[in-house]
Amino acid sequence: MTEKTSEKIVGSKKHSQLVELIIRMWKEKPLGTVCAVITLMFVLVAIFAPLIAPYGMNAIHAKDALEGPSTRFWLGTDNLGRDLFSRIIFGARISVIVGLVATLISTAISTFLGIFSAYIGGTFDLILQRFIDAELSIPGLLILMLIISMIGPSLWHVIIVLGISNGIGNTRMIRSLVIGVKEDMYINSAVALGAPSREVIFRHILPNIMAQIIILFTMNVPFMILSEASLSFLGFGVPPPAPSWGGMLSGAARQYMFMDPWMALWPGLVLSIIVYAVNMFGDAIRDLLDPRLRGGLGRYGGKIKHKGAVKGTLTAPEEERL
Amino acid sequence: MRAYTIRRLILVIPTIFFVSLIIFIVVRLVPGSVVDIMEATYGQTAGINRATIEHMLGYDVPVYVQYGHWLGRIVLHGDLGNSLWSAQPVINQIKARWPVTFELGIMAFIITQIVALPIGIYSALRQDTLGDYIGRSIAIFCIAVPGFWLATLVIVYPAIWWHYSPPLMLIQFGQNPIGNLRMFIVPAIVLGMSGMGSNMRLMRTMMLEVLRQDYIRTAWSKGLRERVVVMRHALKNALIPVVTMAGGQLTIIVSGAVIIENIFSLPGLGQLMTNATNSRDYTVVSALVLITAVVIVFINLLTDLSYGFLDPRVHYK
Repeated sequence: MTEKTSEKIVGSKKHSQLVELIIRMWKEKPLGTVCAVITLMFVLVAIFAPLIAPYGMNAIHAKDALEGPSTRFWLGTDNLGRDLFSRIIFGARISVIVGLVATLISTAISTFLGIFSAYIGGTFDLILQRFIDAELSIPGLLILMLIISMIGPSLWHVIIVLGISNGIGNTRMIRSLVIGVKEDMYINSAVALGAPSREVIFRHILPNIMAQIIILFTMNVPFMILSEASLSFLGFGVPPPAPSWGGMLSGAARQYMFMDPWMALWPGLVLSIIVYAVNMFGDAIRDLLDPRLRGGLGRYGGKIKHKGAVKGTLTAPEEERL
Repeated sequence: MRAYTIRRLILVIPTIFFVSLIIFIVVRLVPGSVVDIMEATYGQTAGINRATIEHMLGYDVPVYVQYGHWLGRIVLHGDLGNSLWSAQPVINQIKARWPVTFELGIMAFIITQIVALPIGIYSALRQDTLGDYIGRSIAIFCIAVPGFWLATLVIVYPAIWWHYSPPLMLIQFGQNPIGNLRMFIVPAIVLGMSGMGSNMRLMRTMMLEVLRQDYIRTAWSKGLRERVVVMRHALKNALIPVVTMAGGQLTIIVSGAVIIENIFSLPGLGQLMTNATNSRDYTVVSALVLITAVVIVFINLLTDLSYGFLDPRVHYK
């Protein structure tokens, strides 16, 4: 399988390959690259928020409440007279933290549980999978609302609960990947040579599913950002006065939106653009890393490259987690 | 087929058991108990102490006994318990509200499929053309735009521009079918948006994959028309993962209904869920989560069984 080796090189020789990957991405996925730049800007804005924002996130200009965009307040002000532009800039911080940390927790949990479930197998696997069946049949938002209503809304509670619940659900995907490679010849030979389980897992299994783990990670970031926004919108996320983009559209602000419709527009617009950009960026990465989706340009795809689809690539059901 | 169905039905039992266990553990063992809140709310005024509240709620026995009582009452008597605050049976509230959520969900689901599948197929047939880019952009737009924002815009901007606001009272289908459908159509479209996007993308991917198969080339070389190649040879094979996903989308629709019903003030189960969570009425919440999960388990079962009809290669053993 030649496709697989190219995947491995990406991981092993880091620097020059990374540059090459970026060049290839620019050539093959111009839209994805633009979205990568937007994503990068979004992260930078979040990091340097205090330097960019003209006012503090909760600085109140009571006289100028409910104003439309002007030279003083670029995007207008809200019902308390807070500058919307500054609040959105600071809101990027919340989204970046949630997007990255919650996804990190989630990916770590699903990788850990998935590998062990597939590797140990037997009764442990059977019971864990029934548990995951159950977890997957409870709608995520309902259980998140329930848990957060009990432990109280806060940024870190949202991150931890989102990370854990989503991580358990995604275990299924990692497990199927591991089952896919577990019976491969090189794993069997490593076991036959007397390699301990730890080595088999970390030296042989993990590197082979790394590309898919990266894809899972990039697909989950926008999901986490949207989930946090939805939770904050419902009042079970980051509590006000923190400038969460979802929270800015809910609560007391809703009554004033009819007077100042700009308040309803900006936070959602920024949220949509970021989710779009991160999604497209993730797609581009997936297309570059997933050999199965490479090639086949033009109408009906002239080249037939699909004979031996690589085991355990992202298949349809996983995409629904998006 | 029958043996497979029976085996799947038996597998449903442990899943539902775990669902009930998860709900019970979350409600009873996560810190921040309802007893604290009731004590804080009622304690000082009515002079009720902690022990009384715990006894009233049945919390004064060991946890596993409580779980047994809770599950036993549901399984043996179909009794989901009473609301903690109003002491009314939960089942009555659910009975009064489920038709709203059901109608909203079904409408959203139908609209999703009607819009998503043709665009997805078209996108695949004309890969990398302008039409494909437009189709894919629509799909990403649907995924990226959060439902609660779109719903907010749909309420705020028509109100400002045309002084239009959606009716506040529920219009029953029996009394005024047109008015009822008009009331539900906008929330249903908003609710279906995200599913529309992901279904379009999946339909496109699957179609592309199938269109590169050998038997499609054979169909072309026989000189068949495009419509026949696509509809008869490609579509049915591409549809199976899409059906899986469509089943999964009902889960997303249930979650989404919580948000949409609140914004459009539709008195369905989603609104009940938010109200109950806000007032920490955990019997109502756990009953709702349990019922939704059971419904979803059976939807998944039906999805799995439907493969047999779609794909003649699938033989259940």
